[in-house]
Formats: sequence, structure tokens, C-alpha cells
Amino acid sequence: MGSLEEFRQLGEGEIARLIAGLRRILATDSLLVEQEDLVPYECDGLTAYRQLPLLVALPTTEDQVVAVLKLCHELRVPVVARGAGTGLSGGATPVRHGVVLSLAKFMRILDIDPVARTARVQPGVRNLAISEAVAPYALYYAPDPSSQIACTIGGNVAENSGGVHCLKYGLTVHNVLRVRVALIDGTVVEIGSEGLDSPGYDLLALMIGSEGMLGVVLEATVKLTPKPQVAKVVMASFDDMTKAGNAVAAIIAAGIIPAGLEMMDKPATRAVEDFVHAGYDLDAEAILLAESDGTPEEVEEEIAAMKAVLEGAGARELRVSQSEAERLKFWAGRKAAFPAVGRITPDYLCMDGTIPRKHLAHVLIRIAELARQYDLRCANVFHAGDGNLHPLIMFDANKPGELERATEFGSRILELSVDVGGTITGEHGVGIEKVGQMCVQFSPEELDAFHALKAAFDPQGLLNPGKAVPTPRRCSEYRLTGSAGHGEGRAA
Amino acid sequence: MSDISAQLIERIRAASSPLCIRGAGSKDFYGNAPQGEVLDTRGHTGIVAYEPTELFVTARGGTQLAEIEAALAAQGQYLPFEPPRFAPDSTIGGVVAAGLSGPRRASAGSVRDYVLGVRLVDGAARELVFGGQVMKNVAGYDVSRLIAGSLGTLGLILDVSLKVLPRPAAEATLRFELKQAAALDKLNRWAGQPLPIVASAWDAGVLTLRLAGARAAVEAAQQKLGADGTVDAGAFWDELRDQRTTFFAGDAPLWRLSVPSVAPVIDLPGATLIEWGGAQRWLRTDAPATTVRAAAAAVGGSAALYRAPAELKAAAGAFAPLPEPLAALQRRLKAAFDPRGILNPGRLYKEI
Ligand SMILES: Cc1cc2nc3c(=O)[nH]c(=O)nc-3n(C[C@H](O)[C@H](O)[C@H](O)COP(=O)(O)OP(=O)(O)OC[C@H]3O[C@@H](n4cnc5c(N)ncnc54)[C@H](O)[C@@H]3O)c2cc1C
Repeated sequence: MGSLEEFRQLGEGEIARLIAGLRRILATDSLLVEQEDLVPYECDGLTAYRQLPLLVALPTTEDQVVAVLKLCHELRVPVVARGAGTGLSGGATPVRHGVVLSLAKFMRILDIDPVARTARVQPGVRNLAISEAVAPYALYYAPDPSSQIACTIGGNVAENSGGVHCLKYGLTVHNVLRVRVALIDGTVVEIGSEGLDSPGYDLLALMIGSEGMLGVVLEATVKLTPKPQVAKVVMASFDDMTKAGNAVAAIIAAGIIPAGLEMMDKPATRAVEDFVHAGYDLDAEAILLAESDGTPEEVEEEIAAMKAVLEGAGARELRVSQSEAERLKFWAGRKAAFPAVGRITPDYLCMDGTIPRKHLAHVLIRIAELARQYDLRCANVFHAGDGNLHPLIMFDANKPGELERATEFGSRILELSVDVGGTITGEHGVGIEKVGQMCVQFSPEELDAFHALKAAFDPQGLLNPGKAVPTPRRCSEYRLTGSAGHGEGRAA
Repeated sequence: MSDISAQLIERIRAASSPLCIRGAGSKDFYGNAPQGEVLDTRGHTGIVAYEPTELFVTARGGTQLAEIEAALAAQGQYLPFEPPRFAPDSTIGGVVAAGLSGPRRASAGSVRDYVLGVRLVDGAARELVFGGQVMKNVAGYDVSRLIAGSLGTLGLILDVSLKVLPRPAAEATLRFELKQAAALDKLNRWAGQPLPIVASAWDAGVLTLRLAGARAAVEAAQQKLGADGTVDAGAFWDELRDQRTTFFAGDAPLWRLSVPSVAPVIDLPGATLIEWGGAQRWLRTDAPATTVRAAAAAVGGSAALYRAPAELKAAAGAFAPLPEPLAALQRRLKAAFDPRGILNPGRLYKEI
């Protein structure tokens, strides 16, 4: 976990100049300075860590965003961009002597071109709002994070968010064509284009997943995908985790790329069943959801093929959704897994490692051992198709020592992910949460390269400081207090 | 299989003047003229890992594309971005560095969309690993995708991990006689429907479509598209992929325009070939570079001078000039990875 205290403190005079400057730029209700108004911004979805910012700016025009950035740049004040604050790694956690720049008021869909299959949107537009707005054209925006009712496209770009359909339809990086970005000094650049390729280095790939550290997204053009005619899901239950893991590999070995391929373990299934009553098999060790979409003929063919593979892999029960309502019901639990677990524990930490699928069973067994060792409960949901695990570590922050134990347990899971050849984060980002584990995954030279790259965009390090890329000092601390040096399996 | 990474790193460390990173040299024509002492990657070969059920392959930069494609084909898999094979010995490092994708690009994605990770040696002779072999990875900035299309100006690709996919079960080719504007209109309308169109090409009044996917979906689409029947495409898609169709023959300057798929017919003298559902327009024209670039920019795209006599390329530059703030970012990125400016200088832009 990173400390956000190491940045320059502002003097009284500097703070006064900052506030006076911001008042000239922003309407009165667009600047929050009173503590009670700042509280809602003190954390994102990583609620275990809170920090009040100096103030919150809520501009309504691009000119205002640019002016705020210019002023902060001139006064050397850190800026943390913020969308809906649903991030799970503390990417939007404020910096004490910094400004939170909320893009929440940029909620307009500027243009929909059903023929070109693109939508041009402001950064504060919610992910689901795009799909809703383009539904009349039988199109949708494919990446569908479970938080899609709330999270913004600006946040999605910053995190390279995925969803339950990204094995087939890709991540944010595969579905965004262009962004307009304000750099920290207020320069506005267009990155990407409404064509498929742009000249020069692929800065779009760099911006996507950069956790608000390279620039502030002012606008995005996203790709829209034609809605498949039908979708159906097979729900398979297994009495053994290893069998379920092997079933995932078997589906892919059969040449099938399902539209979605998700798994839940027993504790997760029990938590969600109580919440959504979808009729899940409560005795199963693992439940697998495999979706097929396309033309009716194609879906029949693929569902039959997947059923055969799942039976062969030892599924003890198979159900195929018989209607759209039933399909949504099967998915409801998976999509509501985080809130469902939130109901049975005061607090939880959501891990996000990605591993080669073949290590699924091994990693889960090891997680269960760790749970016993740390004396904490853990429910597992995953994007099985792409090996992205979400162990949900349950704890009670009010009990002394539990947060520390939960955090340490989480660190061990992330190190394990790196050890088996995976990564500490598949889609939630590093933020402040995993900044220590970056020292496990990357060498000092690689971290240097990240710092140099950051400096190419933001030489003074004012945008979202302290996040995602640890300083060498942070790494030596982590190595002293955390554990492990480099994991194995650091192949390209 | 041979690992000469230590030698390659040492060459870069010891270099005091520009190096020209080169595989088979099949893309020497692409970008601005190569310069510097050749650093040959062809001794650095071998598929390091290929796990069909994990959907990735990792290969050393000098490995031949043909070897990788053969290994994938043996498992019923392929590289969906279909990089052009300009020579039988083209290397995977060159494929990724050039970032050129083939006919399926509009539906399947580009080279960068399939890059999962790279191991590279940068201009400061540092060996760096970014990304990995897993499908999803957001730890740190996405440098591995940045490398795709960087034409060796940021680092030498020691090895690269690529996502692979199963080959579609069925394919079919359809042909329609259509004028250019009508073809563009149809392509965009079809692309808005859930049809398994994976590639398209309009050339000299004929639109050729490639369908691929589940057998049932391909058959249903044939009916829906109202073609009289499928045609035997023969080697057409392979020749298009490798840029060996008659359109590509001859000496007239060849431009590649990347534009929004809905951009209208671009009215310039010379022949046009359209791919990627309208988003890629090839042009054989003697029109001045400024005219071609202005026409592409006017519709929200850009124009690269793809193949042309050396003098023309030197004068016009291979790639469209960038607005200053973007150019400045690119210069600073170059300096971050290659502070001495010794890797393929000038290949992408004069100043990087
Ligand atoms: C219940 C739940 C389920 C979730 N499910 C998923 C899931 O399935 N898949 C997934 O990938 N994620 C998931 N998430 C995580 C989260 O929703 C995503 O990371 C999302 O993209 C964050 O968007 P946001 O608008 O809330 O961003 P915030 O949390 O406000 O910010 C996230 C990061 O983006 C930066 N940022 C925000 N806006 C901008 C901008 N305009 N310009 C530059 N930087 C900006 C911030 O500085 C911060 O670093 C889930 C979260 C919750 C709470």
C-alpha cells in the first residue's frame, strides 16, 4: 500500500492563491472546499483507504478543465482526475495537498453515428448509458464491467476496464478509437482517430490503462458493436475445482471462444444465491457460466458443442437458459458478486490477479490455504476465460489487525499470480493498492522506464502522484517489510 | 532455436553510431529509408512457448513468421491480424515493429491488439520486459502495445508474446459488382448488422467479401446478403494479404490512407483499392503529397506514402506530419527509451 504523504506540502499563501485562482475559473457551486463537502470524495471503491483532498473542482466546460490544469501546473499542485469513483485500486484516492478534478459533470453523449458505428462521448458518461443510447440502432458498447451502471468512460479508459464478455469482444483498448486529452500543462492533444490507424507511436494504447497519470480524458470516440441476434448461457456445476479449471481449457481446446466464460466458487455462489435467488447449485465446488451469442443457428451449434465438452469434463449438472429472462437471471449472480459478498461481511478487498488458466486449480488451493493461515474468509469469482481472478477477502476493519491481515493475504495472492507467470492486475489497475507489488513484477530498470515515460507527459509528476509506479525508495521498503524479490515466469 | 540476446544487447551497448535493426529486410521499403549499420536479428530464433489452450505464442524476434504460422496451423489456430508476408523469411520482430495488419483487421483487430507482452532491449541497452503471456494485464503503462508499429525506434524486440485464436470453422467468399460509392455504403450498413463479415476488398468495380465463423452463421449470412452464390476465391485473400494482386504491381507511388469507414469516395486521380470495410483506402497516384495528405485529413484520416521512389519519399516523408504537441510527445518518448538516438533514427519521423 502506498503512502500519499510524501508530496510537497502547500503553504497558507499558496493555498489561498490556488483557491482564488480556481474561483476565477469555476462557478461557485463547482468548487468544494468545506470538509463536509469533501468527504464524499475521500475514497473510491477501495474504501479501506481514505484521504481528504485539499479541494474538489467540478468544472463543466473543457476550457475550465484546461484552466484548472494550467493553474495547478503553475502552482505545482497535484491533480487527481475522478470519474464515478468506482475504481477498486485507489486510483482516484485523493492526495492530501492536491485537487480532485471531477469529470462527473461531463455527461453528454455528443454524437452517435449508427452507420460508422461510433459514439463520441464526454468522459463522465456512464458505460451503460452508451449502450442504452445506441440500443435503438441495435448496437451496443461491448466492454461491460459489472459496475457499468455507475462507472464512467473516462475511468474505463484510465483503467483499460474489461467485463464478462471481453474474451470475445476485447477490453477498453480494443474498443476505443480516439481520445482528446488535456496534458498537465493544459495542452490539448487528439490521440487516435476515427479511422483505424494513426501515424506515429500508438499513444492511444499508452493512454488506455494509464490510470489518470498521463493526461485527463476530455472526450472519447468509442466503437459500437452490432447486437447479436440471440445469446444463451450454459450453467455447469462441478464438484471439484480442478475439473472446473480443466473444463475451461477444454472449451478453448475445442476451438470455441465463448462470448463469456465465468466461474464462481462455493462461498461466492452461496453469497450471491442469497442475494439474487438465481437457483444456483449450492453444493457445487464451482459453477461455470459459458455464453454463446450470434445467429440462432450458430448459438444452437455452439451451445451443443459446449455442453458436450462440459459433460466430458465431468460437470455434474448442466442447465441451458431457455429465455432471455433466464439468461439474465443466470448472469445476475455473477454480475452482483461484489455487492452480494459486501452483504455478508463488513469489509472486503477485491484482488485482481491474472494467471495462465492451467494454474487455476493450483492457485485456488493455495488461496484456500492462505485463507486458513490468515484466518479470513475468501470468496472467488473469476473471468475464467481470460484467467482473471477476483478473490474477495472478507474482513472487519473495526477489529484490530484485520485490515493488516487482509492486506497481507492479498499481497500473497498477487505474488502467487506473478510466480505462476501472471500479473498483479488484469483490469482494476495498480492504484495505491498494488504499488508495492509492482516491485515484485518489475525490475528497477523497468520501473525506471515507466518513470521516464511518465516524465515525457508530466515532467513534474503532478498528475495522480504516488499511484501505479513505485519509487525506488518505496520498493526497498516493500522488500524489507513485504517479501519476495522477483517472481519466476517473467517471460514476455 | 538460438538465443543471441546477449550479443544483440552488447551490440547496442557498444554502438556509438546509428544502428539499423533488421530481420529479413522484407519491409526495407516501408517507412523512411533505413540508415545506420545493420543489426541482424535473424540469429535470434525459436518459438519459446506455445500453449494452444492458453491462446498465446511467445517467439524470439528473429523467428520466421512462416514457422510460427505453421506451428499454429498444426493446432487449428492462427494470427487473426494476418500480417502481410512480403518474403518467405519475414521475421516476427519485423511484423510487430512494422505494425502492418492484413485483410481481417477491421473485424479481428490489428497487430497491437494481439500483442500481450514484449522483452526488448532499448537504446540504453537495458533489457526490459513489459506485459506478459496472459490475456489481461494492466500493471504499468502498456509499453508492449506501444512497441507495435514503432519501427524499431524504441527498442529491439528480443521476444514477443501474441494472442492467438482458433481458426473459424467455415469460410466463404462472395462477389458483387458495385460502383465505389455504393460499395462503401453497403459495407458500412452491413457492418452495423451482426454478420460474420471478416474481410472486404473493392477493386475496379468488384466488391469481394469474406465470411467466416460457425458454419450455420456463414450460411445464414450468404442468404441474407443476397449473393447468387459463393465464388471460389482461390488465392485471392492470400494475394491481397501479401499485397501481390495486380493492383499492387507497377511503379506508380502507392499511398495507404487510413480514414473513417464512412468517408466518401476520395476524389484523386489514379486507382483505388478499398479494404477494412472502407477504413483503408489504397491509392496509386501521382498527385502531389500535399494534395493526398490534405484529402485524407479533410475526411478525418491520414495518408502514408507506402511504396514510392526514394526521392519522393525523402521529400514527402513516409508518414503524415504530426501537430506539434503530438510530435513533442513522440520526441520525448523516443528520448526516454533511446536517449542516444541510435535505434533506427529517422525511420518513422526525421526527428525520432
Ligand atoms: C461493484 C463493482 C464492480 C466492478 N466490476 C468491474 C469489472 O467487471 N471490470 C472492470 O474492469 N472493473 C470493474 N470495477 C472497477 C471500476 O468500476 C472500473 O475500474 C471503472 O473503470 C472505474 O471508473 P470510474 O468512472 O468509477 O473511475 P474512478 O474510480 O473515478 O477513477 C479510476 C481511475 O481513472 C482516473 N480517471 C477517471 N476519469 C478520468 C479522466 N476523465 N481522465 C483521466 N483519468 C481519469 C482516475 O484518476 C483513477 O485513476 C468494478 C467496481 C465495482 C465497485
